[in-house]
Amino acid sequence: MTHNIYLYLAVMAGVTYAIRVLPLTLLRRQIRNRFLRSFLYYVPYITLAVMTFPAIIDATQSPAAGAAALLIGILAAWLGAGLFPVAVLCCATVFLLELFLIH
Amino acid sequence: MPLSSLCGRPEMNTCNSFLSNHKRALADGMRDGIPIGLGYLAVAFSLGVAARKAGLTAFQGFLASLLNNASAGEYAGFTVIAADAGYLEMALMTLVANARYLLMSCALSQRFSSKTPLRHRLLLGFDITDELFGITIARPGPIQPWYTYGAILIAIPCWSCGTALGVTAGNVLPARAVSSLSVALYGMFIAIIIPAARENRVVAAFVLLSFLASFAAANLPLISRLSQGARTILLTVTLSALAAAFFPVSDTAEGGENTDKKGGRP
Repeated sequence: MTHNIYLYLAVMAGVTYAIRVLPLTLLRRQIRNRFLRSFLYYVPYITLAVMTFPAIIDATQSPAAGAAALLIGILAAWLGAGLFPVAVLCCATVFLLELFLIH
Repeated sequence: MPLSSLCGRPEMNTCNSFLSNHKRALADGMRDGIPIGLGYLAVAFSLGVAARKAGLTAFQGFLASLLNNASAGEYAGFTVIAADAGYLEMALMTLVANARYLLMSCALSQRFSSKTPLRHRLLLGFDITDELFGITIARPGPIQPWYTYGAILIAIPCWSCGTALGVTAGNVLPARAVSSLSVALYGMFIAIIIPAARENRVVAAFVLLSFLASFAAANLPLISRLSQGARTILLTVTLSALAAAFFPVSDTAEGGENTDKKGGRP
């Protein structure tokens, strides 16, 4: 560790607050640029997708359980389950599968 | 009513209703904040497990959550800390992982009454999350800051304490429990991505493409040597720019509306 964790946290907090508060205080009109608006529209989904896979299969003891959680989660969310139910289902999937997969 | 004596007699009625409005908005917000807080507690626990892996103490995890209130952003930040990468990479990573809040902030800016003082914009902006944005924008009429403050009063303690618990209990709990709890965070990401993918084929295609590209980037010889954070930034910016260039969103399907639907669920 050559970096200071508190300095890391300060950078995180500063950037996060700026992102949240600058448009809220400065912007009094809609963004007109179509490319920029489209880019901003796609970024959240793409970044979350990039961070989810393959990280989810590395997070569990058994990669197969992580992969199953991903599929079950996608299915549940597709069928309309909310944030909390999907999260719980993913956890339950890993827990049950690892009862068999990990000895 | 000692407070009403602060108001001049002619405005007494308006002042009283103003006060009771705040009280009601605050109580409504706290009520709606309870299910959000419970969800946060579970997801924050999972985030705490990631924080522990990155080498954070329970207090540092608590502080990170108190100051950031951002699942993806904090998780991304923890990967930067784990990789011991530079502060600039941390700033970029936070920017990319939290870019959706920029969008929500833009949407919220359109709904503030011009009479609302600036301090409310500064304070409310501190805790724009998917869920709080959802319930805030779902209330008809101009934004009532006190409603959102009510929900924030429940949500922030759950989020920060949940993270601290995750760091602490992650050490104590059996590996099997930690393993299953660690996917809660990804479950939440999935629950944000999939409803949008279901409604929009371009989003669906790019989600799939992101999975493939991210898997490839983690395993291909040259690019896998970059840190996880750098890969995430690179892939997000490239893929989003491609999507925006080839499939620009129409004027009616604006980000604000889409995030509105997404945020409204929990």
